[in-house]
Amino acid sequence: MQDSSTGRIVGVNGNMLTVEFDTNVTQNEVAFANIGNERLKCEVIRVRGNRADLQVFESAGGLKVGDKVDFTSQLLSVELGPGLLTKVYDGLQNPLDELAEKTGFFLKRGFYMQPLDHEKEWLFTPLAKAGDRLRAGDHIGFVPEGIFKHYTMLPFGLHGVWELIEVKAAGNYRIDDAVARVKNEKGEERDVAMVQNWPVKIPITAYKEKMLPVNTLITQQRIIDTFFPVAVGGTFCTPGPFGAGKTVLQHALSQHAQADIVIIAACGERAGEVVEILREFPHLDDPRTGRTLMDRSIIICNTSSMPVAAREASVYTAVTLAEYYRQMGLNCLLLADSTSRWAQALREMSGRLEEIPGEEAFPAYLESLIAGFYERAGLVKLNDGTTGSVTIGGAVSPAGGNFEEPVTQATLKVVGAFLGLSRERSDARRFPAIHPLDSWSHYQSIVNKTDIAKARMILRRGNEVNQMMKVIGEEGTHIEDFMLYLKSEFLDYVYLQQNTFDKVDGATDADRQKYVFNKVVLVLNTNFGFKDKDLARRYFLELRQNFLDWNFSETGSDEFKQLESAIDAKVKEHSNA
Amino acid sequence: MRKVYHRIIQIAGNVITVEADNVAYNDLAEVTSARGTSLAQVIRLLDRKVYLQVFAGSRGVNTGDQVRFLGYPMRVSSSKDLLGRVFNGRGVPRDNRPPVDENLIEINGPSVNPAKRIIPRKMIRTGIPMIDVFNTLVESQKIPIFSVAGEPYNELLARIALQAEVDIIIIGGMGLKYDDYLYFRNTLDEEGSLSRSIMFIHTAADPVVECLLVPDMALAVAEAYALEGKRVLVLLTDMTNFADAMKEIAITMEQIPSNRGYPGDLYSQLASRYEKAVDFEGAGSITILTATTMPGDDITHPIPDNTGYITEGQFYLRHGRIEPFGSLSRLKQQVNADTRSDHRTIMDTMIRLYADYKETLEKQSMGFQMSAWDTKLLKYGALFEDRMMDLSKNIPLEEALDLGWKTLAECFDKTETSIRMNLIKEYWPE
Repeated sequence: MQDSSTGRIVGVNGNMLTVEFDTNVTQNEVAFANIGNERLKCEVIRVRGNRADLQVFESAGGLKVGDKVDFTSQLLSVELGPGLLTKVYDGLQNPLDELAEKTGFFLKRGFYMQPLDHEKEWLFTPLAKAGDRLRAGDHIGFVPEGIFKHYTMLPFGLHGVWELIEVKAAGNYRIDDAVARVKNEKGEERDVAMVQNWPVKIPITAYKEKMLPVNTLITQQRIIDTFFPVAVGGTFCTPGPFGAGKTVLQHALSQHAQADIVIIAACGERAGEVVEILREFPHLDDPRTGRTLMDRSIIICNTSSMPVAAREASVYTAVTLAEYYRQMGLNCLLLADSTSRWAQALREMSGRLEEIPGEEAFPAYLESLIAGFYERAGLVKLNDGTTGSVTIGGAVSPAGGNFEEPVTQATLKVVGAFLGLSRERSDARRFPAIHPLDSWSHYQSIVNKTDIAKARMILRRGNEVNQMMKVIGEEGTHIEDFMLYLKSEFLDYVYLQQNTFDKVDGATDADRQKYVFNKVVLVLNTNFGFKDKDLARRYFLELRQNFLDWNFSETGSDEFKQLESAIDAKVKEHSNA
Repeated sequence: MRKVYHRIIQIAGNVITVEADNVAYNDLAEVTSARGTSLAQVIRLLDRKVYLQVFAGSRGVNTGDQVRFLGYPMRVSSSKDLLGRVFNGRGVPRDNRPPVDENLIEINGPSVNPAKRIIPRKMIRTGIPMIDVFNTLVESQKIPIFSVAGEPYNELLARIALQAEVDIIIIGGMGLKYDDYLYFRNTLDEEGSLSRSIMFIHTAADPVVECLLVPDMALAVAEAYALEGKRVLVLLTDMTNFADAMKEIAITMEQIPSNRGYPGDLYSQLASRYEKAVDFEGAGSITILTATTMPGDDITHPIPDNTGYITEGQFYLRHGRIEPFGSLSRLKQQVNADTRSDHRTIMDTMIRLYADYKETLEKQSMGFQMSAWDTKLLKYGALFEDRMMDLSKNIPLEEALDLGWKTLAECFDKTETSIRMNLIKEYWPE
């Protein structure tokens, strides 16, 4: 095969080029359109006869019919190797920090940089020895990357069994240096370096088997862990209208979720929101590791004003990096905000290709692409028997806040938990605005089933009573029903709602959640003998106040204990058990 | 000398097609017809065919008219001489003074590297309690006023512009009524702010396509000034006209519409404009305030809906008041922790109680008996609307917070407010 065929532009329409070529081209291969000294990255997305349609990952202004296009015969790939952590990339894995040093305030068209530092030396320690028989993904050695052991693995693209002929002694090497040499049954020999390339749209599957996600991923958000849990290796989505707090919730998850590695894909959303992460993560401590949050994070940042085609690539870039670290036995959490923007990028391209549109002009293959993306999550058993996971949480921004639209519906079919944010709750400032009645989760809660069932029943009944009261009035409501309503409001205020911006209340660990939840259940189970509604309301307002203060006090502090005994006394005061 | 083409092979809507060679995407051309000379922009290339969007519209264009390609994309001057001037949607002076063509820069430049952005930290004080207390405006924020025709959104824009402490005001008018244009100009003049303002005005009487360039020109100029350290406030009104113009072109170009006829890239198009709002590290800033009229007062209409996902909140102007529900400043958290220790609490508590008041109001209108609590809420709601929501109020933030405590104390007991004890001790008026 010829490695560099060329073509000529015959059409430009938005960010789509039509290119005439005379040799062969590969679907999804990368090409470069030449304009003066600039080389604009493109991807082949359709071939018809001797014409190929390419999406440009840049703005196409200035391109002319007749301009030359170089095909590379490489699929759109990412570079995998030590040094990925703490990095901030755009959707095509260009390091934004380093770009900023070179090009200043603005992104420069056609300016690309290597994602990893190829000069830096890493302290390599071999694990395998000559004669070992290896499969793709097997560990050859490791280098320390922050607090993690970053394994050098037999490249994922090598099929079958390979024999290790030679492995380098412990020492400092650059990522391009060969640290091992392998041979297969046919006698082909290959050098293995610490870095390898992998096409983003193809899942990495160098593991033994995919397993059922069972363990709860502790996010330290009470309404999630207790009511709508997420599993390690599971998937969840957080759809919501604008202003309902999707991004705030994602930020809270990125800070407090107990995953080894957090990858944030800011996909077609506001730049300002990423900036908060970029600027704050290097200064926020991760209590689990004692290092900063940045040390365990990778940020993929293709915000709304950056080229649309690169936005489409960004979620794949992010999930490929997550899969890579999963191969090292780590638990990765990928937060994509927002998958709707990604779907819109698909729609824009589909429109330019003049494909027959599906619902709301989204392409007909939208569902399968969304399913394919979420299916890349999972808990896997690696070749050496250890496990690793990728958990995917996608924010969805439905048009008009209507969950019936195609992206939300396609997502709901494939995720394990649905955390639906509601305008009604955010308008009432009840945050996180996850709707307690509409949301669901297939995963295991951290508290026991009976208590959860009871709490859910009270929320549901309380809501019914509340609706009823709007029709028949408070005076027509029976005191028993009224108590249910008060209890559901109490549960909502003191447990479901959580103040993300508070240092203590913002993150509740699993132990404290169980402890507090028990206390809440105690109140829910107590039979208060109120005869008068105003008296009951006043009592619950006071009790709620006590609980709120308790939520804001540090676990185990004197204040915490005092408030707890105040609550106990308060509950006894009126209990009629 | 550039070649002149005389054969227009297609005229559809405001888009004409000629056959030409060596033409670059997005470049400009001049189309000379019996009606005069108009600018046009290349919006599609296919083989030898060049599709041009004619800014003055295609009415009266003859297939034998002359098309001359200029060899460069749309540019605008970034000179100091722009201050105090008024231009139309093509960048031509509207004020009968000579054109400015020094320091020409291309419009619609590349996006800012997110790594070079900084977290906005400076509050913009407006003297309007509904903004200062409840939805604080922050420098470098991008925020629209969602409203409907007939509401005083242009007055509100002008008032914020004049009260905000910024160096430069740039007004981009799209499909603006001539009266509104005069209102802006006269108001700026009366307040002595005209000399620090630049206006790009496309009025309702001008060709529709011309309004497409207004935001890009206004923002390109804003960017040039901000890079020189100026704090720039850009007012764009009305973005709905801009989106409608895009729709018109998209339909003409036979693009498949996504939602109610709007093109699939509506989000990206709006975002690339709004995202120009920025706080440059070591230089100035751009704050963008826009008006978006909601067709049929429907917030789920594609224009307000897409806008809401892009901007950092929205002010919801209805019945001459900024509605507490639906209005949101996403950047308020960046600044309202450092204003006064009770700012956030007052903000949250007052809104929550106002929501309860609304519910009570509903109950009352259905004729239910009012409990003691309901009576308190009714009193509170009336006071809140009078003291906080009235747009004619012009008081500093601190005064507004004190007024908030006073209102709470007049209506409720301490324990009924769910405010944490330490704040009650500090601020509750006895």
